[in-house]
Amino acid sequence: MRVVKLIAYNTRRHPLRTTLTVLGLAVTVVAFSVIRTTIDAWYAGADAASPNRLVTRHAVSFTFLLPMSHQSKIESVDGVTGVAAGTWFGGTYIEPKNFFPQFAVDHEEYMRIYPEFVVPPEQMEAFRRERNAVLVGRRLADRFMWKLGDAVRLTGTVFPGDWDCVIRGIYIGAKEDTDETLWFMRWDYIDERLRQESPGRAGWVGWFVVEIDDPSQAAAISERIDAFFDNSRAETKTETEEAFNLGFVEMGSSIVLGLQIVSVMVIGVILLVLGNTMAMTARERVSEYAVLKTLGFRPIHLIGLIFGESLFIAALGAVAGLLVSVPALVLIRIQLEAFFPVFSVRVLTVMLAVGASMLVGLLAAIVPTVKAVRTRIVDGLRTID
Amino acid sequence: MAAAIVELKSVFKSYWRDRLEIPVLQDISFEIPAGAFYALMGPSGSGKTTILNLLAGIDRPTSGQVIVGGEEISSLTESELARWRSAHIGFVFQFYNLMPVLNAFENVELPLLLTKLNRKERRRHVETALSIVGLADRMDHYPNQLSGGQEQRVAIARALVTDPDIILADEPTGDLDKQSAEDVMSLLEQLNHDFQKTIIMVTHDPRAAERANIRSTLDKGELIKA
Repeated sequence: MRVVKLIAYNTRRHPLRTTLTVLGLAVTVVAFSVIRTTIDAWYAGADAASPNRLVTRHAVSFTFLLPMSHQSKIESVDGVTGVAAGTWFGGTYIEPKNFFPQFAVDHEEYMRIYPEFVVPPEQMEAFRRERNAVLVGRRLADRFMWKLGDAVRLTGTVFPGDWDCVIRGIYIGAKEDTDETLWFMRWDYIDERLRQESPGRAGWVGWFVVEIDDPSQAAAISERIDAFFDNSRAETKTETEEAFNLGFVEMGSSIVLGLQIVSVMVIGVILLVLGNTMAMTARERVSEYAVLKTLGFRPIHLIGLIFGESLFIAALGAVAGLLVSVPALVLIRIQLEAFFPVFSVRVLTVMLAVGASMLVGLLAAIVPTVKAVRTRIVDGLRTID
Repeated sequence: MAAAIVELKSVFKSYWRDRLEIPVLQDISFEIPAGAFYALMGPSGSGKTTILNLLAGIDRPTSGQVIVGGEEISSLTESELARWRSAHIGFVFQFYNLMPVLNAFENVELPLLLTKLNRKERRRHVETALSIVGLADRMDHYPNQLSGGQEQRVAIARALVTDPDIILADEPTGDLDKQSAEDVMSLLEQLNHDFQKTIIMVTHDPRAAERANIRSTLDKGELIKA
């Protein structure tokens, strides 16, 4: 206990230095947690994908559309139990900064294939009844304080013009990582207007979500679907929903890689800071370590003292960092809700942050410990007479 | 006469500065009987602290034998020496060398942390040691709350708390005023007389040396008077 007390007292010898080091560690833990959580949020869509769902898109690029007529052909493929069309709408609500993801979907099938979007039956029925009805996620509704029956106008960018819609349903997520910031409008509402205003654009969709009965057959079913449209005017590429979502994530892979590099560099920087603190500490206490050795303390005791102090500071920094991380991440989540609908700290991130702090504590103590242990007592005492 | 507790046989000690060998001790041989109060005097650089360091096992001779309590300590490993020191040697430094973050009680308790004594036994030992040095009422005081003389008495309590065979004192009065120096010397005398501790002291101070019953002088690495 005295040794623990000695370690605790030693950390208080230079309060300013220790405080600054602890704060540095805390900032590192916050930065690390934010970066890791951001990377997790980036991959949240892929993580939430169902193995029972495939996505069929144009073989050339996602930006090319597919004819709606593909739907019935896909439905006929062996192993397919449901097909629903979806299209990126890309409208603006009042002004561009109010961005949120908007999809025009097959109102009959889409929600059935996505059971994680839980819609009360009467609201689902209302969505089916009215062509300009929309379903929105709970958090999206909260963000704009929408309630059932509210009329909302979007200004189209992909599909020009004003689009008047009525909120008829508010879904909640069945799981914690279900995105509750989405807007689902009916595809036939858009298609009907396109037939009147620009007939050449009518009858096309962005992709098909394909429900299959056996996830282990995903590859074979994908091949069968794509084979169906070989040499057609709109060849397809079918892949699992996870792979489809990852395709979007990969578009930003350089950013993710950059974030990962920064997270490692942040740890490297704080390693140098704590290493410097421990080196100064050990250098100042050379004579004390010599006295302890004279009293009979062995290298293992010095190792315990120096590593103990380094780990103690690292632990203080980790705890302070985690305490600050919670409100910081809540603030970031609010600010970035439109871009990262699922933004929550994972247990793994907390463990990694604490683990990295402890690792820094261990590494920072190595050189000072080796020096303290190797220093001869007489040199430490500086009493050669 | 009592059997020798310390024997130095043909001890040579040199230090190296770059490639230059600096001889400090040359063919030193002497014995100190158990229970003696031995004072080693000499000018700065004469090698007296080096002898003390050799006896404490915190330095090694270039050649020769250092036998303490029948043990040839110059052949022990560092870990063996550390254990040996904690069991047999109490060391008093010129500048006290107390841990500034520990109070008097905790400073005296430090060497006992290496023993198997439980907390209650440690407390008893520490209180006894602090009572012997007359500081039982200062055990909660930190070094910066004590005078130099009191700090040195705490250091002496730390040296004797493990009940060592030998107490080595390196200029124990070198940093003290006259009265404090007298008090410390009386205390060492008491430890030698009442508790039969062998005291080996290095000092510049002739008055301090007068308290010893054996005195030697070291000059230019040679023991010239014993």
